[in-house]
Amino acid sequence: MNGECRVESRGQIWFQALTGRNGLVPGGPASVRRGDAPLGKETARFLAVVPDPQNRFPRARGGEVGLQEAWTLAKYVRETIDADANGTRRPIIALVDVTSQAYGRREELLGIHLACAAAADAYATARLAGHPVIALLVGRAMSGAFLAHGYQANRILALDDPGVLVHAMGKEAAARVTLRGVAELEELGETILPMSYDIRTYAKLGLLHKLIEGVNADAPSAGEVERIRGELIAAVSDARSSPNDLRSRLSSAAAEENRAASIEVRRRLTEQWSVA
Amino acid sequence: MSAAVPDLERFLKRRSFIELSARDRAEALLDPGGYHELLGPFDRLHSPWLPMQGIVPQEDDGVIVARGRIDGQPAVIAAIESAFQGGSMGEVGGSKIACALELARQDHEQGIPTRPVLLLETGGVRLQEANLGLAVIAEIQAAIVALRRHVPVVAVISGMVGCFGGMSLAAALCSHLIVTRQARLGMNGPEVIEQEAGIEELDSSDRQLIWSLIGGEQRHAVGLADTLVEDDAVAIAEAVRDAFRRGLPKQPRSEQVKLFLERLAAIDPSQPLDGKALRALWDQGATA
Repeated sequence: MNGECRVESRGQIWFQALTGRNGLVPGGPASVRRGDAPLGKETARFLAVVPDPQNRFPRARGGEVGLQEAWTLAKYVRETIDADANGTRRPIIALVDVTSQAYGRREELLGIHLACAAAADAYATARLAGHPVIALLVGRAMSGAFLAHGYQANRILALDDPGVLVHAMGKEAAARVTLRGVAELEELGETILPMSYDIRTYAKLGLLHKLIEGVNADAPSAGEVERIRGELIAAVSDARSSPNDLRSRLSSAAAEENRAASIEVRRRLTEQWSVA
Repeated sequence: MSAAVPDLERFLKRRSFIELSARDRAEALLDPGGYHELLGPFDRLHSPWLPMQGIVPQEDDGVIVARGRIDGQPAVIAAIESAFQGGSMGEVGGSKIACALELARQDHEQGIPTRPVLLLETGGVRLQEANLGLAVIAEIQAAIVALRRHVPVVAVISGMVGCFGGMSLAAALCSHLIVTRQARLGMNGPEVIEQEAGIEELDSSDRQLIWSLIGGEQRHAVGLADTLVEDDAVAIAEAVRDAFRRGLPKQPRSEQVKLFLERLAAIDPSQPLDGKALRALWDQGATA
């Protein structure tokens, strides 16, 4: 996807499709979209990070999660928690299309690690407070940006599309750091599942609640949007009837096969803990 | 007599914490005599992914989980061994940390006041286990947020590796962060920034510049770390005990959204900003 010029980001496309509006918040940064929209019989809060060529922080103009984006996500999520403290906890839907965290000297100095932690904290706190938090991966879900926006969700859904990528580091940078070529990395990803950039391989790790096939990610039809809404409603219902932690990621058949080591660590550490 | 000059005695006995292995670091922070390791090397739980790539795994996957006591109270320490794969987080090591924190939370729910300490020397995700490294870091973060309601989650970054990547977010989620002058705490390592944004953005070979931005002393001076200590095992153990004596912070740093959004609004990104200038803007008292 690198280098491809898109008029609208996937985050914007899906925000508009699911909420019927652009989600701009008066007084807020144009890079963080927020809006409430019907989802089944209730109202859900939708959040997305989108590119903003005028972003006053130059290193966060391309859809990265920068200082302002991360702290603003934390603010919008916490507002939702506070508003629903005495009532039904509305679903929070994170539409995920984030290229990376913002890389910059100023970002480090001003504590982008804390900003991204604050966003992750807010989502985790919402989940613990009983909000069904659903991440819908419609584009890139890269590294620290995904940790800040989406990875604390009760349930993660993804579109089965070549533009939907989850990874810890961009291909080119990962190739440099591991002293391998991009082609070699891609080859490794075919046999070593966690190294893959491909969403179908990612699905084998058991972290996804559902991989949704047959949807045009760049230009969804009305019927496709309706289908996604149905999947979100089902995921919300599933989250509400389950514990509010992340254990579902370790209990699927895929996890039992490909995260066997994670499961074994937990089994044996629990055993040794109680006799310590 | 030496008892009359305790400072001198302390100076003479000073033992570098940085030079210790993760195992010895964990032992140095626990009350004497009670060290007990869980999932140690003889449990032979290593990364399933490294041998597939021709890399020799380590039987503890570079993470030590140790039980013992701190100030007489039950404790658990998860210490990352930076000598193995740069302290990078893989599936097994990351799961050990996440699970230890989850078990500590269960202890608290059953009235057992287990004290959690994390020793974070890590470059972040182990790229050979990329997506599972990222996934376990999300699980560690979830576990910290759930546990720190019950008890302070205390983290130590002593150096020399520092704490980077997704694990820098984990450090920021902790209730109390202890650093030395040799520590560095940042989301993106200097080399990664130079690669992604160019040498005009950051010259990663300029060590003095790096330390002035993300070094332990700077992080403490602007309130992004709570305690600055010397590289001394005894002093760090005392700082850890002290962190638990202080109890839960009024508001964890990662919940101070209003303050940091106000601070951010006051920054003009078109103007240069260095570590010293930021110290003038954010003095340490402001977040207390």
